[in-house]
Amino acid sequence: MLSRIAESLFWIGRYVERADNTARLLDVHLNVLLEDPWVDEPSANASLLSVMSCPVDGPVSRGDVLRHLAFEDDSATSIAGTLAAARENARRAREVISTEVWESLNTTRMDLRRWSRASRPHEYFVWVRERAAVVWGLSSATTSRDDAWHFMELGRSLERADMIARLLMTRSLEGTTGPNWTTLLRTCSAHEAYLRTVRALVTEERAAEFLLIDRLFPRSIAYNLDRAESILSQIEGSESNRALAGRARLALGRARTNLEYSPVRDILDDLVTQMHEVQRACATASDLIRDRYFLPAATVTWNQEAL
Amino acid sequence: MASTDDPTPWTGYTPVAAWDEAMDVEGSVRDPYARVYAEIERMSGDDLYSRAEALANTYLAQGVTFDHAGEERPFPLDIVPRVIGSDEWEIISPGVSQRVKALEAFLADVYGSQHCVQDGIVPRRLIATSQYFYRSVAGVEPANGVRVHVSGIDLVRDQHGIWRVLEDNVRVPSGVSYVLSNRRAMSQMFPEMFGAMGIRPVLEYSRRLRASLAKCAPEGVDDPTIVVLTPGVYNSAYYEHSLLARTMGVELVEGRDLETVNGRVYMRTTAGRRRVDVIYRRVDDDYLDPVVFRPDSSLGAPGLVNAARLGNVTIANAIGNGVADDKLMYTYMPDLIRYYLNEEPILPNVDTWRLEEADAREEVLDRLDELVVKPVDGAGGKGVTIGPKASREELDKVKAQITADPRGWIAQPVIQLSTVPTLTDDGLEPRHVDLRPFAINDGDDVWVLPGGLTRVALQRGQLIVNSSQGGGSKDTWVLGGVRHRASTQPPPEARVEFGGIGSVPQTAHPEDYVAGQQQQQQQQQREQPSAEPATHPDGPAEEASC
Repeated sequence: MLSRIAESLFWIGRYVERADNTARLLDVHLNVLLEDPWVDEPSANASLLSVMSCPVDGPVSRGDVLRHLAFEDDSATSIAGTLAAARENARRAREVISTEVWESLNTTRMDLRRWSRASRPHEYFVWVRERAAVVWGLSSATTSRDDAWHFMELGRSLERADMIARLLMTRSLEGTTGPNWTTLLRTCSAHEAYLRTVRALVTEERAAEFLLIDRLFPRSIAYNLDRAESILSQIEGSESNRALAGRARLALGRARTNLEYSPVRDILDDLVTQMHEVQRACATASDLIRDRYFLPAATVTWNQEAL
Repeated sequence: MASTDDPTPWTGYTPVAAWDEAMDVEGSVRDPYARVYAEIERMSGDDLYSRAEALANTYLAQGVTFDHAGEERPFPLDIVPRVIGSDEWEIISPGVSQRVKALEAFLADVYGSQHCVQDGIVPRRLIATSQYFYRSVAGVEPANGVRVHVSGIDLVRDQHGIWRVLEDNVRVPSGVSYVLSNRRAMSQMFPEMFGAMGIRPVLEYSRRLRASLAKCAPEGVDDPTIVVLTPGVYNSAYYEHSLLARTMGVELVEGRDLETVNGRVYMRTTAGRRRVDVIYRRVDDDYLDPVVFRPDSSLGAPGLVNAARLGNVTIANAIGNGVADDKLMYTYMPDLIRYYLNEEPILPNVDTWRLEEADAREEVLDRLDELVVKPVDGAGGKGVTIGPKASREELDKVKAQITADPRGWIAQPVIQLSTVPTLTDDGLEPRHVDLRPFAINDGDDVWVLPGGLTRVALQRGQLIVNSSQGGGSKDTWVLGGVRHRASTQPPPEARVEFGGIGSVPQTAHPEDYVAGQQQQQQQQQREQPSAEPATHPDGPAEEASC
């Protein structure tokens, strides 16, 4: 697989997953703003934007949040921006992805215009989640399980772990009590699975445990870190130069075991720092993967005098 | 048949001064178009427009676009196909093939011993002053002798219906992807006609191209690695590059994916370097190798030419082909066909004045307002001046240009390109078209793709058809293919068995069908007492049946 193509596939995986989770996160945030009677909306909005790594100075309105995270065109944090970027990457990797996947990404980008002034953001979020599901469904049904699939899945699992960590951080937003655990479980489509697995009412520790380290549920952080690790070792195969990719696995493994082997109470008491660590591990791994498998950013310039 | 009173989409369609391919001057439909005419006649105008809109939407969804001034647009495809009878194709196909063979022989000669110069067919001056003649590739022998792997010969049809060659393209001719996607879209739009008309298929193009690229691999390579080299996603033909790579099943690379080490070419993959044997390049000569050509180019890879000279990689089409397809060399093509092939040209040229010759120049400068003047190395309709439509100032400017650089210009009479019915805002109207058939040379034979790209000028009276000048395209149907749906007798047995074996039953969840029927029966039984639904003890009947 060409390095340049692999990089595009990796980012398609990340962008689509990011759009999906951003839609979930915004949906829950708007609900919290409605339901929490003592909410201090501007600071809740501002701290949400900083969780999503696009901090803004001054008071932040609901409209600002939607603009930055849902509708802005040229932004790596907004839904519209990431879906458009996913489509541009698919265009670059057009000859390795299947026609079905390409058309689903292409029509998604085209339909984005329709939503730009949507009066009901909730419907937009539902649509985004549906489109992401279509993309995943089609790629899972039409992609050979070779490197093309591995790099896309790698991007997706890293992004999912990262985004769930960000979602859990919204528990500690300033100016609001944040979403309760039942809401968080619902946001991750995990409520039914939780009830079946834990067979108990939602308590803070159990819910947190489920979203952090459940081994079987595909939207727990540890599940996705583990998935990324095993994909990495599949990509490595029998290569000679494993050092950099090995370090990527190391970063992910350390973050995962930290979650798995710490008492859940400790993590909850220090949730923001712990979730920061997860995000940082994902970012480190992403950088190491880029250095190892994708082209270095420097472009080759030809100097005729060197002849 | 609709009565003469009912308006059909054809009402008001009148051919203009040019040769109309669908209708003769008396207004009767020409043979090849009979079926298309009848099919459209049955539709209402709205139906036609809604189909046209559906076509545009499919193209947007599929991303069949071209880059125009930095913006991605759907490639305009007209709803009315262009039909070419099989008798006409029997002239075009051998004509194109003959032309390609002559071009191939000429290129081999120019970059070899230049017999054509010694024998006085082509002046040496002409070759030496050609901008696209590269001494740096003289002596680079292509693996199986092929330099023109893919070519596009532009044809037009004049006032008398005669096919003429307007231009040869043997560098990197583009447009074939639109032939393939136009066909796919049109066959979904008019399935009925495809079954009945026996249209020759175009889909085998990619397979043919791949086979011919495999055949030109360096000697000793059994299973060559083929790549398509693209300038990148911002190139106006990027859609085509990716479609060709995809349908051939090969990698699409950019210059930065390639590196040359010790005269061998590699691509950078996630599993390290991989050797490349054949490069189907869609990058112009000038940008291909910064060592030999433009040093500021980052679209190619340094060292490519050297690797090709060593015979370690085949570059298709070969570098330096441009010497054969400039518009001045074009005027020598009929002579070259006679010289190399010992045959009379099947397809005539358009009459052309070489402005280097003093007599010709004098005549042309006198009659500038009735002629077309073109730059010899131009493409995409740039720099073309059509005398009858030009202003006084434009003509003066052209005059000055010709006097300053006679080698750089040619003049031709204005050709009224043939017209084909085209859907416009005012209904169906005749619009001027040309045709670019594509030919693949695999070293043994030249194969011409049945049909080719028909470009249509969408403005009334416009004679320049290039898509960069607001032109559109049409699906081109060549008749005379095998009819697939010949009527076959149904087998006499009532029960058809597949290959002599019975079928394996499709199973289902055991409770779904058998037990499901019982449950339904039970429910129905329970419902039966409720002859008077309102008084049923269990509540309304609607709930009970749910």
